[in-house]
Amino acid sequence: MKHIAIGILAAATMGLMASAASAASTLEAVKAKGFIQCGVNTGLSGFSSPDDKGEWKGLDADFCRAVAAAVFGDGTKVKFTPLSAKERFTALQSGEIDLLSRNTTWTINRDTALGLNFAGVTYYDGQGFMVNAKKLPGVNSALQLSGAAVCVQSGTTTELNLADYFKANKMEYNPVVFEKVEEANAAYDSGRCDAYTTDQSGLYGIRLTLSAPGDHVVLPEIISKEPLGPAVRQGDDQWYHIVKWTYFALLQAEELGITQANVDELKASGGPEVKRVLGQEADTKLGTDLGVSNDWVVNIVKSVGNYGEMFERNVGAGSPLKIARGLNGLWTKGGLQYAPPIR
Amino acid sequence: MASQEVLREEPTRGSLINDPRVRSIFIQVVAALALILFIWWIVGNTIDNLQRLRIASGFAFLKGRAGFDIADSAIAYSSDSTYGRAILVGLINTAIVALAGIVTATIIGFMVGIGRLSNNWLIRKICTVYVEVFRNIPPLLVIFFWYFGVLSVLPLPRDSIELPFGSYVNSRGFYFPRAVWGEGAWLILLAFLLGIAMSWFVARKARQRQMATGQQFPVFWTSVALIVGLPLLAYVASGFPLSFDLPKKSTFNLTGGFQVKPEFLSLYLALSFYTAAFIAEIVRAGVRGVSRGQTEAAGALGLRSGPILRLVVVPQAMRIVIPPLTSQYLNLTKNSSLAIAIGYPDLTAIAGTVLNQTGQAIEPVLIMMAVYLGLSLLTSAIMNVVNAKMALVER
Repeated sequence: MKHIAIGILAAATMGLMASAASAASTLEAVKAKGFIQCGVNTGLSGFSSPDDKGEWKGLDADFCRAVAAAVFGDGTKVKFTPLSAKERFTALQSGEIDLLSRNTTWTINRDTALGLNFAGVTYYDGQGFMVNAKKLPGVNSALQLSGAAVCVQSGTTTELNLADYFKANKMEYNPVVFEKVEEANAAYDSGRCDAYTTDQSGLYGIRLTLSAPGDHVVLPEIISKEPLGPAVRQGDDQWYHIVKWTYFALLQAEELGITQANVDELKASGGPEVKRVLGQEADTKLGTDLGVSNDWVVNIVKSVGNYGEMFERNVGAGSPLKIARGLNGLWTKGGLQYAPPIR
Repeated sequence: MASQEVLREEPTRGSLINDPRVRSIFIQVVAALALILFIWWIVGNTIDNLQRLRIASGFAFLKGRAGFDIADSAIAYSSDSTYGRAILVGLINTAIVALAGIVTATIIGFMVGIGRLSNNWLIRKICTVYVEVFRNIPPLLVIFFWYFGVLSVLPLPRDSIELPFGSYVNSRGFYFPRAVWGEGAWLILLAFLLGIAMSWFVARKARQRQMATGQQFPVFWTSVALIVGLPLLAYVASGFPLSFDLPKKSTFNLTGGFQVKPEFLSLYLALSFYTAAFIAEIVRAGVRGVSRGQTEAAGALGLRSGPILRLVVVPQAMRIVIPPLTSQYLNLTKNSSLAIAIGYPDLTAIAGTVLNQTGQAIEPVLIMMAVYLGLSLLTSAIMNVVNAKMALVER
């Protein structure tokens, strides 16, 4: 019933929002309440999941903190709203959250008809399949899955790609559709489905939560492009720019070798480009023009590190997921992550 | 003449403000206008805000290609079908599970309800425990109990348990042989319908005869012979046009045959058992509501306990039972929206997916509300007709 409630909430907010309310910008509203309300996944290892102390961990959660650091100079001024795939867009449209950072695929439909603005790609992903190698020893390709029962989360691009892939390859399948990741995981773990499909990064994360992770293998096929990134509402360019440039600042910091450990030192000793990015140039207006303080990049890096540090800590070598940088490496290292100059 | 005119003028002689009729009409018109204006304002504001936020609106999306697949579909559906058809599939699935649940819950409910009044201590206590357990657990937990507790512990497809008549059961559901009708099979259907029609006719005649002469006629066995026997005769006469598609093992699962998925089963069983607990209490209240003197009078006339229940108590109890029974049927239909938790593609699940894929929150929710309202009104209407038939006919 929750999404009915959200739908009614959306209808009510759309209905009751007087035209005057639209004048207040998201930045002003966020500053007035003193924190950013950030929509994250209900539980996806490496991207956003609560740890044993109830702290939200992961790449998506850290991105929320980075935006908070840029706005408030304090990465802890975030409140997290865990959302299912189905609830996420309504929550953003209705104003329940200020920022959606929930492994969401950037598509044209979401950018246009849904009234969203994607601020960048924090993780280049692709959809894959996972099977239980112990129970299905012969399966080593997704093309062998004809006739399989496949667990999938509802309301995702995953669900659509799945239909397209099986249709294109003239294979039959049996979708078992769940609203929440946890329910889909439990059903797959209990053997209700032969295969589980979602973004490959998600598969590695989910595998860790299964009762016997070693039994499951991720099949080699990647059947879609899934550029995952943060999104905001349309119609507020300033807020959109803050989120977008927070993402670029994370990349720029990595490119310039600015890390959580050396940021204070580099403020004084860095080269001209480092000093400019860190807001140490005399009479700089780069930060204030954006609507934040001039040392915003310092605050971001102090709070969550640069993009590379965020990646390694949450999904890379420093995490149980051990995902290689691959497409998510900087452009200088053969990846796709590229930031326009901060100047 | 003159005096009449004076009389007619009299009510309007005073000021209009003091005329209670005018005043009440005026107040109602103002209230109605205010309500209409308020709704107008809400709708206008909604449309304005949707446009300002550049969110698409309107029902045109229903004609778009859905792009997602649905596992259980009673009508032809593929990912190339429209969103509108996807929602229709969900509506039919909701109707199927609600209807099946209502029938089963009624049967279990009546048995348990009567059981609670049994003279046998063991039956009475078992029924009491059943009612107290099931009506005090939230329906979602009952669904989870069936899905994760009962059905998911069944063996995996390779170790399917074989049942009689080429049926299998495993954690993916129940598999039955599917009947494949050959040429001339329509004769069997015709014979079946003919059997029902003739049974009805026989029952009518027998009743008339009993009314007139007091002689009884074995209606039940005649009906069984007609309804079962005639199609059997037709089956033989048309040259055995029936074969079976048996479930067979393949790479992942059993293929062929008729499959009942665990999602449907869990929801159906959970709703049936949950609602049956409430129906049992309603039935018990209905039977208790029939004055004891009725039973004693029937006993004095020499009727045994079976016919007393069937002919005297239950018809009177039904009058008490039906109105609250309607509420339980409505509850069951609405509770079927909990299907979303276990992945049964009911209306709520599919409309929710459509909501997410199109990003149009308001329209699918409106459709959902309209459909549940429509289903509930339909159920109420049918039960009202039944109630009118059962109501005390005063002569």
